[in-house]
Amino acid sequence: MRWRHLDKSVFLWLLLVAALLVLVINPLARLVWSSFQDGATGAVTLDNYLAAYGRWRYLEALVNSLVLGLAVAAVCVVFGVPMAWAVSRTDMPGKGLVWAAILGTFIMPSYLGAVAWILLAGPNAGWLNRVYMGLTGAAAGPFNIYTMAGLVLVIACYSFPYMFVFTRSALDLISSEMEDAATTLGAGVLRTTLRVTLPLTLPAMMAAFIVAFLEAIALFGVPALIALPGRIQLMTTTLWQFFEFPPRVQVAAAYAMPLLSITALLFWLQQRLIARKGYAALTGKGGERRVVRLGAWRWVMLGYCLFITSLSFFLPMVIVLQAAFAKAWGRGFSLDNLTLANLRFVVVDQPITRAATVHTFVYGGASAALALGLALAIAYIVHRRLVPFGRALSYVAMAPFVIPGIVLAIGFYAAYTSPPLALYGTAWILILAFTTRFLPIAYANSNAAIRAINPELEDAVRILGGGRLLALRRVVGPLLKRGLAGAFLLVFIPATRELSSAIFLYTTGTQVLSVLLFDKSDEGNFEYLSAIGLILVLGTVTLVLAGLRLVGRDFMLTRTTTT
Amino acid sequence: MSKLALRHLSCRFGSVTAVDDISLELAPGEFVSLLGPSGCGKTTTLRLIAGFLPPSGGTIEMDGDPISSPASALPPEKRNMSMIFQSYAIWPNMTVAQNVAFGLEVRRFARAEIRARVGHILDVVRLAPFRDRYPAELSGGQQQRVALARAIVVQPAVLLLDEPLSNLDANLREEMRYEIRRLHDEFHITTVYVTHDQAEAMVTSDRIAVMNQGRIEQVDEPRALYARPRTRFVAGFIGRTNFLDGEVHGAEVVFDHFAIALARFGESPALRGKVAFSLRPQSIHLHRQPPAASERTCVIPGRVVQRAYLGEHWDYAVRPKDGQLQLRVTARPHEVFEVNEHVWLEVDPGQMALLG
Repeated sequence: MRWRHLDKSVFLWLLLVAALLVLVINPLARLVWSSFQDGATGAVTLDNYLAAYGRWRYLEALVNSLVLGLAVAAVCVVFGVPMAWAVSRTDMPGKGLVWAAILGTFIMPSYLGAVAWILLAGPNAGWLNRVYMGLTGAAAGPFNIYTMAGLVLVIACYSFPYMFVFTRSALDLISSEMEDAATTLGAGVLRTTLRVTLPLTLPAMMAAFIVAFLEAIALFGVPALIALPGRIQLMTTTLWQFFEFPPRVQVAAAYAMPLLSITALLFWLQQRLIARKGYAALTGKGGERRVVRLGAWRWVMLGYCLFITSLSFFLPMVIVLQAAFAKAWGRGFSLDNLTLANLRFVVVDQPITRAATVHTFVYGGASAALALGLALAIAYIVHRRLVPFGRALSYVAMAPFVIPGIVLAIGFYAAYTSPPLALYGTAWILILAFTTRFLPIAYANSNAAIRAINPELEDAVRILGGGRLLALRRVVGPLLKRGLAGAFLLVFIPATRELSSAIFLYTTGTQVLSVLLFDKSDEGNFEYLSAIGLILVLGTVTLVLAGLRLVGRDFMLTRTTTT
Repeated sequence: MSKLALRHLSCRFGSVTAVDDISLELAPGEFVSLLGPSGCGKTTTLRLIAGFLPPSGGTIEMDGDPISSPASALPPEKRNMSMIFQSYAIWPNMTVAQNVAFGLEVRRFARAEIRARVGHILDVVRLAPFRDRYPAELSGGQQQRVALARAIVVQPAVLLLDEPLSNLDANLREEMRYEIRRLHDEFHITTVYVTHDQAEAMVTSDRIAVMNQGRIEQVDEPRALYARPRTRFVAGFIGRTNFLDGEVHGAEVVFDHFAIALARFGESPALRGKVAFSLRPQSIHLHRQPPAASERTCVIPGRVVQRAYLGEHWDYAVRPKDGQLQLRVTARPHEVFEVNEHVWLEVDPGQMALLG
C-alpha cells in the first residue's frame, strides 16, 4: 500500500469508530464484568447474584415491576387507541385541541406529572380529595396516589402518547378503499373493523404496547416519587437502594441483568412487529380516506379525549402553575396567594438551583451536539462503507435504545469511577452518559438524513480533486443543515429532562434541575418543586416551538424513543 | 503512448464478477464508448477508472503510471479526471457559477482566472444567462449542461461520462449527443463514455467497446462494428440483424434449403465445419422477377410471410423456399410486396459478417 494512494481521512473514521465503542460498549462490558466481581477483592464470584436475588423483597420488586408494566400498557390501550381512531377516522370536533394536549403531554416530564398528581390525589390534602370532602361532607377523600393504582395511572398518563402516535400512523396508512373492498364483498361495519381495520393496525398497537411496558419497568422518576413513599418495591427503586451509602455497584449490576435482558428481548420483538407492519405501508399511500360520521356521539368522543388529556396534561399543568406561583399551594386559587418568590428563589437567590439551571441546558446542549456529531459520522461511515463491518456499527449505535437509563448509569458508574478514566464527579460523566443514552435518537435521524443524500454528489467533489472532508464541508454539511436542527432538538429536549441516569452520576457540583427536583421532593416544599418543574417545561416549550418552526407539526410526535 | 490503459482488469463483488479480465487502451484525445446492456459491467468499469472502486485484478495506467491495482488505488481526487454522473450530481446548495467554479477553486486558480474560465465555459454550453440560478431552477437539459461545463472547465486528463443522457426526454437526448461530440471536438479531452444506447455511442464515439457479462466483446469504430460484428452478441446488440447458421460442404456453404458457393465469400478466411453469419436487413434486396445474374450476389427464391409499413421504410419477413428460416428485410417505401407473394432475395455474401 503506497502512502500517496492512501485516503488519509480513514484515520478520522477509525477514531470515530473507537469513540463509539468507548461510549457504548465500555459501560456495558464493565456492567456485565462487575456483576461477577467481588466488591472488595475484585475476584470473580457469583456472590453478587446471590445477594441480589437472595431476599424475597428483591424478588417481589421484580414481580411488582412486571405487573406494573403490564397494567400500564393495558391502560395505554384504553387511553390511546380510541383517541387515535377518533383523530384519524372520525368527524370529531376539536382535533386541533386534542392534538395540542397530546403534544403538551409529551412536553411534561413524567416526574413533574407525578409531583402534580401528589398535589391532586395525595391522601387528605390532595385537591381531588378536598373537592370530594367539600361536596359530600365526608371526613376523608377516596383518592390515594401512593398506591399501585395511582402509580399505574400516572405512568400511563405519560406513556399513552406512544400508543396514540403508533396507532394513528397505522390508521392513516389504511385507505378507505381497503375497507370498501370488504364492504362491497358483503361485510358489515363490525366485520370490516374486526377483519380488516383492526388486523392492519394490530402490529403497530402491539409495538406500542411493548414500548409502554418497557417504559414503565425502566422508569425511575415517577416510582421514586410515588412508589418509595408508598412502600411499593420496584426494580428501579431497588437498584437505587443498592446505591445508597455505601454503594454496592456489583450487586446493582447483577440485579440489573434481568431488566436488561427483558428489555433487549422485547425490543427485538417490537422491531419484528414493526417490520411486519410493512404490508400496511406498502399499499396504503394511494387511497383516499373518508371520515366516519359519528353524529351526536362525536361530542361524547371529544369528551373522552378531553377527559384523558385532562388527567395527563390540563389538570397537572394547572396544578403546577398554581403551586409555582403560590405562597402556599394548599391555600388555593386566590390573588393574595400569588407570588413570584418561588421562581425568584429558584432562578436568582439559590446558588444551587441557579447553577443547576445552567448545567441542565449546558449539559443537554453539549450532549446533543456530541451525540449528533458522532451519530452523523457513524451513519456516514456505514452508508458509504468506509470501514468493514458497517452494519455492526449501526447496531452498536442503536444499542443504548435497549438499555434502561438506570442500567446505563450503573454501567457508567462502574466504568468511570476509577482510573484511567476517573470521570465521576465531573460534568463529563453526565454529558457522556446523556450522549450515549440519546445516541439512538440522533442516529435514527442522521441515518435518514444521510440516506437522502445521493453519494454521487460527493463522488463529483472527489473526481474534481476535493477530498472526502472537503465534500463533507462544502456539500454534505450544507445539505444536512436544516434536518439536523430538528435532530439536535430531539436529543436536546430529553437530555434536559433526563433523571434516571443523572441520579446515579451527579455529585454536589454537577446537579441538574431534574436531580434537584427529585432531591428536594422529600422536603415537601411543593411550591419550590413546581417552580423548578416550570422552568424545565418553559425550556422545553421554547425548544419545541423552535422545532415546530423548523420541522413542522409532526416534530416530537413521530419520533420513536423512550424518555 | 496510450493516455489510459486498462490491463486485464477485473472486479468482483463477493461471488459476482462484474468486470472480467478486460483490456482497453485509449490514445490521447480519443473518445471511446463502453456500450452494453444493463448489468454488463460498464458502469463498474467507469468507477474503476475513476478510482471509486479498487480492482480485484489487473491494473489501470495513466500516461504509463499505474494508478489502480489490487494492492493500492490512487484516490479519485488525485487522478485529475472529471466525471459526469447519471444523476448529474449538481450540488443543489450552489449556484450554476459556483458549481462550475468548484474544480478550479480546488486547483487553487486565481480568482480572476476562475471568473474568466467559468464565463467562457458557460458561454460554450450556452448557460451564461443562468449563472446565478440554483440547480432546482433549471430544466433537465440545462442541468445536464452545467454538469458538462463543470467537468470540462478543469480540463481534466480524462473525462468520464456515466449514462449522462438517460434522464432526458427523447428530443433533448438527440440534441445533447451532438452537443457532447461538439464539445469533444473543441477540447479534445480523452473521454470514456458509458451508455446502453447504441445511437448515442455511434454519434459520439471514435471507437466503441461493446461489453457483455463483464467482458469486452469487440472494440471498433462505429461503422466497422455495424458492418463487421465479430460475435453473435455484438451483431444482435448493435442494430437489427439476421443470423444465418450453415455448414461447409465441399465448395458450398449449405444453409436452410439454400446454399452459397464458398468462392462468393471472396477474401473471407478459409471456412470450415459449422459457420454462422450476421446479415443486416438492409443488405438484402427483394425482387419480383429474378434479377440478372452477377459475380457478386446470389439469388434465393422465397415468399413474403409478414409485412409492416413504418413510414420511413418497409419491414418484411421473407421465408426462403422450403425452409423454416425467416429473414427480415428492410425495403424502401415504394418497394411494395403483398403477403404470400413469391419474391427473389438478392444477397451479397461480401456483406455477411462471419461470427466467432
